[in-house]
Amino acid sequence: MNSVTLAGLAGAAMVGLGLFGLITHPHLLRKIVSFNVMGGGVFLLFGAIARRGDAAGIGADPVPQALVITGIVVAFSATALAVALLLRLDREIGRPFFPAKELAGPSEKDGAT
Amino acid sequence: MSAASASFLLPSIIILPIAAMLLAFFLGGRRAMQIALIASPLGLALASGIAFVVWQIDQPLVYVIGGWAPPLGVALRADGFSAVMLVTTALIIALTGCFALGLFGTKEKPEKRAPFTFWMLLLSVWAALNGVFLGWDLFNCYVGLEMLTFAAVPLVCLDGRAATLMAALRYLLFALLGSALYLLGAALLYGAYGALDIGLLSARIRSEPAAWVALAAMTAGLLAKTALFPLHLWLPPAHAGAPPPASAMLSALVVKASFFLVVRLWLNLAPSEMAESVAQILAAMGAAAIIVGSVLALRQARLKLLIAYSTVAQIGYLFLIFPLALGAHPWVASAWVGGALQAVSHAFAKAAMFLSAGLITQALGHDRIAEFRGLGRKAAPAVLAFGLGGVSLMGLPPSGGFAAKWLLLTASIESGHWTWALVIAVGGLLTAGYVYRVIAPALAPEEVPSPTSAAHVSLSGAALALALALSAIMLFFVPPEFSNFLLAGAPGAIAKLVR
Repeated sequence: MNSVTLAGLAGAAMVGLGLFGLITHPHLLRKIVSFNVMGGGVFLLFGAIARRGDAAGIGADPVPQALVITGIVVAFSATALAVALLLRLDREIGRPFFPAKELAGPSEKDGAT
Repeated sequence: MSAASASFLLPSIIILPIAAMLLAFFLGGRRAMQIALIASPLGLALASGIAFVVWQIDQPLVYVIGGWAPPLGVALRADGFSAVMLVTTALIIALTGCFALGLFGTKEKPEKRAPFTFWMLLLSVWAALNGVFLGWDLFNCYVGLEMLTFAAVPLVCLDGRAATLMAALRYLLFALLGSALYLLGAALLYGAYGALDIGLLSARIRSEPAAWVALAAMTAGLLAKTALFPLHLWLPPAHAGAPPPASAMLSALVVKASFFLVVRLWLNLAPSEMAESVAQILAAMGAAAIIVGSVLALRQARLKLLIAYSTVAQIGYLFLIFPLALGAHPWVASAWVGGALQAVSHAFAKAAMFLSAGLITQALGHDRIAEFRGLGRKAAPAVLAFGLGGVSLMGLPPSGGFAAKWLLLTASIESGHWTWALVIAVGGLLTAGYVYRVIAPALAPEEVPSPTSAAHVSLSGAALALALALSAIMLFFVPPEFSNFLLAGAPGAIAKLVR
C-alpha cells in the first residue's frame, strides 16, 4: 500500500468517524468538532486525489489544493458561527445540549416592533 | 444585443449584491437599508435583462470567468430555469425588503444591531442565491451554498431568544452535515473524472461505483439542506421562529437553491440510466413529504408553524419531477415546466403567507389559530393575502399552483405513474384542509364583539403581501411561450424532444 492510498483510506475513515460523531453525540460542541473531523477527512481525500490525478508530471495537481484552501476557510467560518451560536445558547439555557422538549414555539410578539 | 456582449450580465448580478453588502458594511448602520433598497430594483433589472437575453437567443447564456475555459476556469451559465429563478429571487427580495422597512427601519436612534444585520444578510442571501442559480461548476456551487447557509442561519435567530438560537443551531448542524457530504462528493467526482464543470462532467461520467458514491453523498447533503422528508426536522422551528420577512425569504427562496442543485445533479449531470433508478426514490421521498408535511400542518396550533410545515409538504411536489422529466417521452416537457412553475408559484405564495402571518401576529399579538375568530374584520387585507396564497398552494384555478400541479398531474397520468397522481390529488385536499382551518375561524364573527374593531394592520405591508399573493395567482395566465422559455437549455432529452 503506498502513501497516497493510505491517505485516501485515512480520509475516508475520518469522514466516517466524523459523520458518526455528528449524528450520535448529544453534546453540541462534540457535534461541531465531529463536523471538523469530517471536513478534515474530506480535505485529506482532496490531498490524495491531487497526488493521484498527477498526470502532467508536475508533482501534484494544483486544483484540489486550491479547493482545499477554500474548503478550510469555509469550514473555519462555519465552526466560528456554530461556536458563537452555541456560546450564546449556553448562556441562555445554561447547558450545551438541545433540550429533550422544544422550548416555546414562535414568540407571541413576532412582528411587533 | 449579441449573446457574447450580454453575458457580462451574469457576473454583474452576483457582483451587485456583494458590492452593495460591502458598501453597507463600511458605511454602517443607517445606510445599510438605503443601499439594499437601491440595489434591489437594479438587481431586478439585471435579472430581467438576463431573462430577456435567454429568451431572445433561446439557448443558455454562458460567461467564462476571466476568459479561462473549463476545466481550468469556471463558467457561469443561465438557462431558462435559472433565469426564471433569478427574476423570482429579485422580485421577492425587493418586495420583502420593502415589507421589512417597518420592522427593520434604520431611521430611529440609537442605532440598533438587528436592523443592520438584517439588511446585510438580505444582500448576502441574494448574492448567494444568484451564485447558485448561475453556477455551472460544482465547487462554485458549493461556495454559493455555504454563503447561503451562513446568511440564512443568522436570519433565523435575529431576535436572540433561546428558542430561535436553538432552531438556528439545529439548522446550521444539518446544513454543515449537508455541505461536508456535498464536498466529499465533489472531491470524488474530481478524482474520478478530473473536472468540476457540470457540462464536462456530464460528458465523462459513467455509471460506476465512484460516480454512485459521489452522487449519493452529494444528494444526501443537498436533501438535508432542502429539508426533504425525513430530513425536515430543522425546518419548522427555524422558519417559524424567524421574523416574518426573514421567514418569507427562507421558505420561498433558500430551500429552493439546494433543490436546484439536485436538479443539476440528476437531470444535467448524471447519466440517464443512473438517474432513472434514483428518480423513483427521490419521488417517493417527495410523496412522503407531501403527505406527512400536510398532515403535520393540519395539526399545528400556531399559524407560523402551520405555514412552515406546509413548506415541508410543498417541497415534496418539486421532487415528483424526477421520474417524470427523464427519458425521451412526450410528457417530460410538462413535468419540467410544472416543476419550475411549482418552484416559482410556491415561492410567491409562501412569501405572501409568511408576510400576512406577520401582519396577523402584529394585529392580534399572537398567532394561535384557535383564537382567530373575528380576524377577518380586524385584519381583512392580511387574511385576504393569506387566502390567495393558500388558493395557489392547494392548486385551485386560476393560480400558478394550479398550473404547476395540473402539469405534474397530467405528466404522471400520461406516464402511467398513478401513485404520484394520487399523491398530488390527496396533497391538494390536505392543503385545502389546513388553509380552511385558518380561514374558517378568521371569517367567523366574534362571540363577544371586541370594542377595538379595526386593529392596527400596516396598509403598505398588506399591499406587499397581496402583491406577492397576486403574483402567485397571475402565474396561471403566463402565455404558452413561457414554457418554451423554460425549456431553453433544459437538460438534454427534454430540450431535444420539444425542438
